[in-house]
Amino acid sequence: MAARQETVARVEEIDVDAYKYGFTTDIESEKAPKGLSEDIVRFISAKKNEPEWLTEWRLEAYRRWLTMEEPKWARVDYPPIDYQDLYYYSAPKSTPGPTSIEDVDPELLRTYEKLGIPLREQEILAGVEQRKIAVDAVFDSVSVATTFKEELSKAGVIFCPISEAVREHPELVRKYLGSVVPVTDNFYATLNSAVFSDGSFVYIPPGVRCPMELSTYFRINEKNTGQFERTLIIADAGSYVSYLEGCTAPKRDENQLHAAVVELVALDDAEIKYSTVQNWYPGDSEGKGGIYNFVTKRGDCRGKNSHISWTQVETGSAVTWKYPSCILRGDNSQGEFYSIAVSNGYQQVDSGTKMIHLGKNTKSRIISKGISAGNSQNTYRGQVSAHRKAEGARNFTNCDSLLIGDKCGAHTVPYLESKNASAVFEHEATTSKISEDQLFYCMQRGLSEEEATALIVNGFVRDVLQKLPMEFAVEAQKLIAVSLEGSVG
Amino acid sequence: MTVQAIDKKSEAETALAGAFEAMKGKGAAALRQASWEFFARKGLPTRRVEAWHYTDLRAALRSVAPLGAPGTVAVPAAADGRVRLVVADGAFRPDLSDVAALPAGVELSSLADALAKDDSAVLTALGLPENAGADAVVALNAALMQDGVVLRIAPATEVAKTIEILLLSSGDAARSAFTRSLVVVGDGAKAKIVETSVALAPAGVQENHVLAFSIGAGAEVEHIADIGPQSEAAIRLFSLMVTAQTKASFKSLGFVEGGGLVRRQIFARLAGEQASLSLDGVALLGGKDHADTTLVVEHAAPHCQSRERFRSVLDGQSTGVFQGKVVVRPGAQKTDGSMQSRALLLSENATMNNKPELEIFADDVVCGHGATCGRLDADQLFYLEARGLPKREAEALLIEGFAGEIVDAVSEEATRESYFARIRSWLGRREDGK
Repeated sequence: MAARQETVARVEEIDVDAYKYGFTTDIESEKAPKGLSEDIVRFISAKKNEPEWLTEWRLEAYRRWLTMEEPKWARVDYPPIDYQDLYYYSAPKSTPGPTSIEDVDPELLRTYEKLGIPLREQEILAGVEQRKIAVDAVFDSVSVATTFKEELSKAGVIFCPISEAVREHPELVRKYLGSVVPVTDNFYATLNSAVFSDGSFVYIPPGVRCPMELSTYFRINEKNTGQFERTLIIADAGSYVSYLEGCTAPKRDENQLHAAVVELVALDDAEIKYSTVQNWYPGDSEGKGGIYNFVTKRGDCRGKNSHISWTQVETGSAVTWKYPSCILRGDNSQGEFYSIAVSNGYQQVDSGTKMIHLGKNTKSRIISKGISAGNSQNTYRGQVSAHRKAEGARNFTNCDSLLIGDKCGAHTVPYLESKNASAVFEHEATTSKISEDQLFYCMQRGLSEEEATALIVNGFVRDVLQKLPMEFAVEAQKLIAVSLEGSVG
Repeated sequence: MTVQAIDKKSEAETALAGAFEAMKGKGAAALRQASWEFFARKGLPTRRVEAWHYTDLRAALRSVAPLGAPGTVAVPAAADGRVRLVVADGAFRPDLSDVAALPAGVELSSLADALAKDDSAVLTALGLPENAGADAVVALNAALMQDGVVLRIAPATEVAKTIEILLLSSGDAARSAFTRSLVVVGDGAKAKIVETSVALAPAGVQENHVLAFSIGAGAEVEHIADIGPQSEAAIRLFSLMVTAQTKASFKSLGFVEGGGLVRRQIFARLAGEQASLSLDGVALLGGKDHADTTLVVEHAAPHCQSRERFRSVLDGQSTGVFQGKVVVRPGAQKTDGSMQSRALLLSENATMNNKPELEIFADDVVCGHGATCGRLDADQLFYLEARGLPKREAEALLIEGFAGEIVDAVSEEATRESYFARIRSWLGRREDGK
């Protein structure tokens, strides 16, 4: 009975407001002039007091970017983006870099409270049963607060905004920045390299198991701004870290650009678990507005026996172009990709992964669940490749798509490339609609069609939800129900 | 990385323009011209063209061999009971064909004749089907088509004998050939059509063959594309186009035994309700063979069914490609589609590229695909070896089983057995090669 009440409560919640993170925060902000040029790149770099080498690195990326063309191969369709009509830097004005939570603009704190992100450590500590999660909150172009830094530093873990890491730990940043996603990688990654503003930096020293979950919360607030964050996570030999990112944005009529780069490096025997709950504003029911989410995420299993796992719940964004990948370089390394991509309204999702097997006995596993409803298009695009030396490589891929309504599309485009006879690849994919039998069964037991659909969808995505840290699994489950609102009947 | 537009014509593209000038006056002027313009705009496909991602034709086709011309040909003996139509070096050869043996209800003409007469029914049927419209190789064929056969099977005719279209290349000189054949199957008719590509002497031939089926309501067609061995320098392109109307059925087996570069492309469209389609394929590759099967199955009407089963066996430094795309158009509800591609890598230097694709715009469908790639199962090998079979024999037995599962679906016993024999002989050659 309790379960039913929860379902009812959830559905009521849905009726009120489908996208509850759509508010804006009135806060004064400091922006770079509109448009992009070498001067803007220098401006961003100067704002962050960056060393000479990084400024040069950015400029080189910018010059490279000028020669590149936007990729057109994805199954997404949007009007051309005017890259000169964007703000590339926007920061809340209040304080020039808060040193403690007390310095943070109370307006900002209220924003994060509304979002349900705990930035005040004492509040978190007061809750007896609550598990500790360190949060780095990024508001437009800057990081506004990072919690639990002290406790983490006791364990030797570095968790800070990347701009701080550039100042405090230049040797680490210089060694690893751009080593997984090179400056020249692709159009959006190169753009990001030129103008990236903030993001998280994580370093886990050898043999350390990170004492708590790390998390970053990204929020786009300002109008006409692009967000270009850069995340770099390094798990040194034998370490472990679990990291979660969440994203939201206000409701606006215009489309906003988000082009992030995430780089993960796992050395010998290290493990990184990276989870994303992506809930950018998807646009309204007419398909107006929403975020363009063009993200490059890549993990490098550099050491032997290393392990990188991507879990993503994608419910937001007007257009998604995102392929979290693993380079399985070290012998016996493992890559995993678990994904739930829900699209409704006029959303377009082209997402998937790449598993590149280079080392011996490398293993990868891909579980992708796509749900499309409304007028949306949802594409899984994935590549699995085994190179000549990838002796004993193993891959299992399962992509299931679920269609709700007859105006949406679900597509699967896997590429399987094997150059090694001992590599074993298996791929399976299915596409179907919610079975009438299942719906009938649930409705006969008193559930409404909407409740029944939510229940079946949650069953459909269970394999992936189980891979999320517990607190986020609950959030993600609710998010999926909210995203599907209006798709039934 | 900057994208450079291909504005410079390759040597082969220039030579093809010359060939087009030669073919221009041979009927179907409008179709030829439009197709040529389309091709000239696109150029030879490269890896940048998604449907040709794993086969770079522009790089493979460095120079163009001269167009073939009819000569003296010694036709190999036919299998029992088949009516054979010979298309040698790009020309239909009534003198070598069993024209008199064609059963009642089957009307035959040569494509060259039909084009010369501007036969409007043939010209309409030759127009590109929607889903093949973007392919440069099919357009090139329409621009340069020399000859082929046009078969019309009257409604409700049951053609008992198998009709074989024999695509021959004679002599050992490199030649190119562009043939196009058309089979129009009337409502409720039944027919078996075999398309055989045979080399009398291995040569660096460059062939571009198109076979188009228009299948009427309730008609049933069984088809085999038999692509025999050829020289390592050969480039052979086969495009199969199928349109199936209400309750029509089309069953096809493609048997590819390597030979340079082979590309099979299939564009099938289920245009009427309850039509069904079954596409099977076996590819046995060794040496430097490169065999590509790329297919697009379009479900354009509700309640249709499609099945694709493909198996590749790869030895030596061969490369196998399978790209299969199932498209379900809006409104094609109750579609039932399944596709499977499995590859067996026998050598360290073989490569397999699989790309099964689903593109679905209707919700009430059941579609799935599977793709696997690996080597012979160690447990199965051990099982056989433990029972005293030498390793080579055990391997051969497993490979035969792997490929034979597809051949098993051939309805005619003698034909089925002949393909099993071909698999065994390929395995025998593999053994000798080592």
